[in-house]
Amino acid sequence: MNEPFDFIEMKVPAKSDYVGVARLTASGLANRMGFSYEEIEDLKVAISEAITNTVKHAYTEEGAGEVTVGFGLYEDRMEVMIADYGGSFNLKSIKENIGPYNEDIPISNMKEGGFGLFLIDALMDKVEITNNNGVIVLMTKYLFENEVGRSDDQVSTTQ
Amino acid sequence: MNLHIDDHKNGDSSILKLSGEIDAYTAPRLKEHLLNLIEENKEVQVDMQQVNYMDSTGLGVFISALKTSKEVDKTFKLINLQDNVYRLFNITGLNEVIDIENTVRGGM
Repeated sequence: MNEPFDFIEMKVPAKSDYVGVARLTASGLANRMGFSYEEIEDLKVAISEAITNTVKHAYTEEGAGEVTVGFGLYEDRMEVMIADYGGSFNLKSIKENIGPYNEDIPISNMKEGGFGLFLIDALMDKVEITNNNGVIVLMTKYLFENEVGRSDDQVSTTQ
Repeated sequence: MNLHIDDHKNGDSSILKLSGEIDAYTAPRLKEHLLNLIEENKEVQVDMQQVNYMDSTGLGVFISALKTSKEVDKTFKLINLQDNVYRLFNITGLNEVIDIENTVRGGM
């Protein structure tokens, strides 16, 4: 299975100052891939939520570490990985270690930003979280090029 | 990637005009400003027309604002939200608890 894709990786200090920079990058990449305006907005929110969680929870002292953000650009989807440790991504081994969303992650950890994970789940097509050796969030948004409208935007015309 | 905060006082009510992005970086300053304004005024309207990005940190600020306004018996509402911003209130169900007015009122 050798699916072609481009991979972009960025590493920013784990400070809220840089959430916007990662968001802007995501927006540029998603635009290049042909995502719609609404889908790009979804991606921006989901990515910001994941990084904000990392900035708030991964390090006791803000700015003590780095957040690694990886974008996998495939023919039909964008995969975004957000990791709270400084090391570079090994895409293959990371993907092997990721399971379905783990309900064991205490909700209390998300309390004050309580809607973050909920929004990620609502706005992305697939979300996986792994929790050994630092938290890694892997989320996917599919590109539906030929779809005319999204179901939640459609107006019912039945009479 | 910043947030501009501007308030206009009108008697015992106040309009807070926001412009820019509400995220983890800008939310703390907004929260402080907004909570003070609610303490000091009978009614506070937050004009969101120029807010083109918001995430859950913004939802958190408005939840705090709602709590504070209930505690001190003041009125707090959001007006003129862009579609992508309103959508987050809708998805989370917060549009049911926070007073949101989406039409632009004439006679400014």
